[in-house]
Amino acid sequence: MLKSLVPAGRGSVATSVALIGAILLFALYAANFSPGIFAITLLSGLLRAMLLFLVAAGLSLIFGLMDILNFAQGGYFMLGAYITFDIVHPDAGVIPFGGFISDPTLRFAFAIMVATLVGAALGYVLERGLLRPLYKRALFQLVLTFGVSIILLEVVKFLWGPSPYSWTVRLPIQEAQFRIFDTPFSTYRLFVIAMGLLLMAGVTVLLRRTRIGIIIRAGVQDPEMVSALGINVRAVFTLVFTLGCALAAFGGGVAVPFLGATNSLGSTFLLASIAVIVLGGLGSFEGTAVGSVVVGLGWAAMEQFSARPEIGTVLASMSPMLLLALVLLLRPKGLFGEDR
Amino acid sequence: MTDVLTLSGVHTFINQFHILEGVDFTVPAGSITVLLGRNGAGKTTTLRTIMGMTPPSAGDVLFNGASIKSRAPYTIARLGVGYVPEHRAIFRELTVLENLRISERAKGDLDRTSDFIFRLFPDLKRLVTLRGGSLSGGQQQMLAVARALVSDNHLLLIDEPSEGLAPVIIEQLMAAIRELAADKTVLLVEQNFRVASRLADRYVIIDDGHSVQSGLMPDLIQDEATVQRYLGVA
Repeated sequence: MLKSLVPAGRGSVATSVALIGAILLFALYAANFSPGIFAITLLSGLLRAMLLFLVAAGLSLIFGLMDILNFAQGGYFMLGAYITFDIVHPDAGVIPFGGFISDPTLRFAFAIMVATLVGAALGYVLERGLLRPLYKRALFQLVLTFGVSIILLEVVKFLWGPSPYSWTVRLPIQEAQFRIFDTPFSTYRLFVIAMGLLLMAGVTVLLRRTRIGIIIRAGVQDPEMVSALGINVRAVFTLVFTLGCALAAFGGGVAVPFLGATNSLGSTFLLASIAVIVLGGLGSFEGTAVGSVVVGLGWAAMEQFSARPEIGTVLASMSPMLLLALVLLLRPKGLFGEDR
Repeated sequence: MTDVLTLSGVHTFINQFHILEGVDFTVPAGSITVLLGRNGAGKTTTLRTIMGMTPPSAGDVLFNGASIKSRAPYTIARLGVGYVPEHRAIFRELTVLENLRISERAKGDLDRTSDFIFRLFPDLKRLVTLRGGSLSGGQQQMLAVARALVSDNHLLLIDEPSEGLAPVIIEQLMAAIRELAADKTVLLVEQNFRVASRLADRYVIIDDGHSVQSGLMPDLIQDEATVQRYLGVA
């Protein structure tokens, strides 16, 4: 049927290294060869890469295993952001129980946990209740997940309104900064990068070293044969879908302190994540990880480049699609992709 | 001899196409039964129907006397039915060892059966760290059969084991399948009549979606007219 979650071939690795190298050179140029600005651009790119990975990993695993492009994935990211924001800012929102925890850091950790659990629960309900009857009807599934993304957006607008929220509670980890080449960078952002890398490693270990990982990788290639070996593939579908939605909601939760809670979060990250998984190679987890880094770094470099007065900011928001077009010209199946 | 498998009046559709239009046969315990017929007769669909992948729209499939016709493939496999599909369906990105591990239904299955598997297919032992996709056609076929032996399967459904393989590999596989039949029942699809006639002790001929004749293989070998008519072999 299809072949993916492919180990890196030489061509894939060489193209990825060349692409990342070119982006770094461009970032250096955009930073006017200032080591401090270059380092901050790099860290900002990695931060964005990790957030993209949290949305794109689920999107990629779900697509690889189930052939479903889950348009609602961005919605879970947005919902995770709003839930986390609301619990941490008890007087500003609609969820009442955040105020019971007085310490803001603990409240933040609790909020992320709640957001992740809500994402997981909604993902479970979407897969079991709505998608399962539509297996083998690809178009219906596409329309359904698109519909769910619209419903999530409208629910968020109904509960929290259309205006964006800025994060006002100051967490000690947000206040802390470190300096790199005399340029300050938030410790919290570094923490998010580290957490993203840990999750990336965790999902890799899950896929490579555990029985469920072997089943997922086999299921990406041939779910029918996996079922014929006595494995309940649909239960694996549910698990992967739930995990994917939980990761996206978690991503929204950790991103909200610096991105704020806005209605456009979902669509922005969904579009960029679609660029990531196509650019990385559809269904390839390695491709998604590398694609996140490529798009994240490219986005940050372009943002830095767009800071020049003669350049418009539109280039930065277009960068994921520009990178996608470039990669598809070089490798039509994506960096790590094979025939589907 | 009791029957491990019974198909009665089985009809199967794939989309709007009526593929099986009345298939009836039994598979006695401990036998090697071969499904014969021309290309497109419905042999592979018969195996897939037994496995629950293309469930029958009418008729019944009994395994050890109990109906399995509306069960999901994974529950049929858990009853002890091993399936070796056409074109092998090896998981190409998994190593040979992972291909075997994924077939475990209970913890320790592979540890229990690995000696037997590697005695049957010694080549696989030195290939355990290689990816399934990098194996030759013969090695992939051995792996596909080995995968069905990891757990305790009483009935093996094997689709076209000799397809595209060199004669020496076919001989190896035939020897392995014969050895398996010592304590398992085998139902296989085989296009190559020479291979089928040497391997199987019973046959069922499928023609245009119907089971038209069944019996003992030595009788079929003597019946040149039937062989010519349904299989096109002189």
